[in-house]
Amino acid sequence: MSVVAIKNVTKVFGETTALQGIDFVIQEGEFVSLIGPSGCGKSTLLRIIGDLIQPTSGTAMVNGKPARQARIDRDYGIVFQDAVLYDWRTVAKNIALPLELARWDRRRRAAKVNEMLGLVELGGFEDHYPWQLSGGMQQRVAIARALSFDPSLLLMDEPFGALDEMTRERLNMELLRIWEASGSTVVFVTHSIAEAVFLSTRVVVMSPRPGRISDVVTVDLTQPRTATTREEPRFFELVTAVREALHLGHDLEQAPA
Amino acid sequence: MSAIALERPRARAVAVRRGLGRAALFVLVGAALWGLWEGYRWLWMREHWTWPFLVTDTAMPHLHTIFQALWDPARPGGPRLISLLFHSALFTAKEAAAGFALGAVTGFALGCLLANFRMLQRGFLPWVVASQTIPIVVIAPMVVVWLNPKLPTGLQDWGAVAVIAAYLTFFPVTISTIRGLHSADRRALELMRSYAASEWRILWKLRVPAALPYIFAALKISATASVVGAIIGELPSSIQDGLGGQIINYSQYYTIQPTGLWATNVIAAALGIGFFLLVLLAEKLIVRRAPENLV
Repeated sequence: MSVVAIKNVTKVFGETTALQGIDFVIQEGEFVSLIGPSGCGKSTLLRIIGDLIQPTSGTAMVNGKPARQARIDRDYGIVFQDAVLYDWRTVAKNIALPLELARWDRRRRAAKVNEMLGLVELGGFEDHYPWQLSGGMQQRVAIARALSFDPSLLLMDEPFGALDEMTRERLNMELLRIWEASGSTVVFVTHSIAEAVFLSTRVVVMSPRPGRISDVVTVDLTQPRTATTREEPRFFELVTAVREALHLGHDLEQAPA
Repeated sequence: MSAIALERPRARAVAVRRGLGRAALFVLVGAALWGLWEGYRWLWMREHWTWPFLVTDTAMPHLHTIFQALWDPARPGGPRLISLLFHSALFTAKEAAAGFALGAVTGFALGCLLANFRMLQRGFLPWVVASQTIPIVVIAPMVVVWLNPKLPTGLQDWGAVAVIAAYLTFFPVTISTIRGLHSADRRALELMRSYAASEWRILWKLRVPAALPYIFAALKISATASVVGAIIGELPSSIQDGLGGQIINYSQYYTIQPTGLWATNVIAAALGIGFFLLVLLAEKLIVRRAPENLV
């Protein structure tokens, strides 16, 4: 069964058409990146999948249900560009937030928080407050929070966009490890071509005005990806393929209608 | 992790040094104010300047005589003035504390209500503002006349004063609660939506914690206002047991013994400062924020 099914989705904000005629399907266990220049509607698409905004027309299904029902059933976890941790909660309490909302009892929560701290390698930091952590660590807490209730789908909106290159590459590796360990499906919005290719099983290339899918690149790099994946010739070929698809989309935009 | 662990003792040393620095500054400013008072007094008396007023021992007693008066008997053979005023201050503190609690709770509840219903806010907020433009000396006697007959014996008189203090307390809390509840980050709200959290739980798990720094900023204003409210409230209800009663009493004897009124003012100020510090302490214990995000 498909985890995400987008059918003929269009989103209009006032005068602007943010998305037009989007169709695509994501299968269970995939890691799909949405890439494109600013204004191509990739974050909008992610929010439609999460039912944080509603499409003007068309349908978004998650796990075979309307996106709204999937949100109510807590089928997905979301990570934003900023960690969006609650300042007044410790690391452990931030991770436990969705569990509290799902009314898990205290003991189950504590056990799960411990497991998640191990998963994102933040053991020993449970009693720290967010502002006492580096940006990369904060983002790992956000990932732990998003995965704490075992959602089948993880939505990520440029989660590493605000981090330095070194931290970003390390977190990319960690994310892949977590993805394999949790077996969830990931939809990942990014600006970075290299990041999209390195992480994904498929890269959805989008172009702006109006936002639409201009190409889909299947990434056939061997799993699991390692530090040397970035040095493989195939990696460079795929990066080039995505770059060209992006430029093609850009040219389409320039061409007279 | 080790980096953060290492920072801890250093952070404590910095905090201690900062605390000492603050204490030194407090004493220094106090001494400067003292010097200003005495210097003004000395200069005006020497030059016999009459603008804005003629300085005499009655108009501006020596500061040390005011503090001296606290240790002298309030009347021949009676207790020391300070112990008399201390008991009055305790009585006023009871009224102010009850008024503060009542005002804070009312202010918060009203803020929550108005913040959640835009229509109510538009309709009611102007009236809430208007309520604060009526001088408290007008409201105070009415409150006493309305409430006193209805109050049980344990609350007689001082209960009405507490309500007057609450009237001065609730307004800043309401305004700041509304502001604070709307201060929650847009992403943080989206996160709550992604968890399908109900409005009620968003209120308690996100909006209220986000509003706390704003609410405490208001509570600090209200803490001192509640003391002023209690003192003013005592006047029309002719309560003799509090600082308000003492102020009336000593202002009648001002020309004979000006230090009495000044000493009462010192105690009233100390009470206000005490209330303020209690709220500050509560804030330190309750509000957890990045240092740069504290209001």
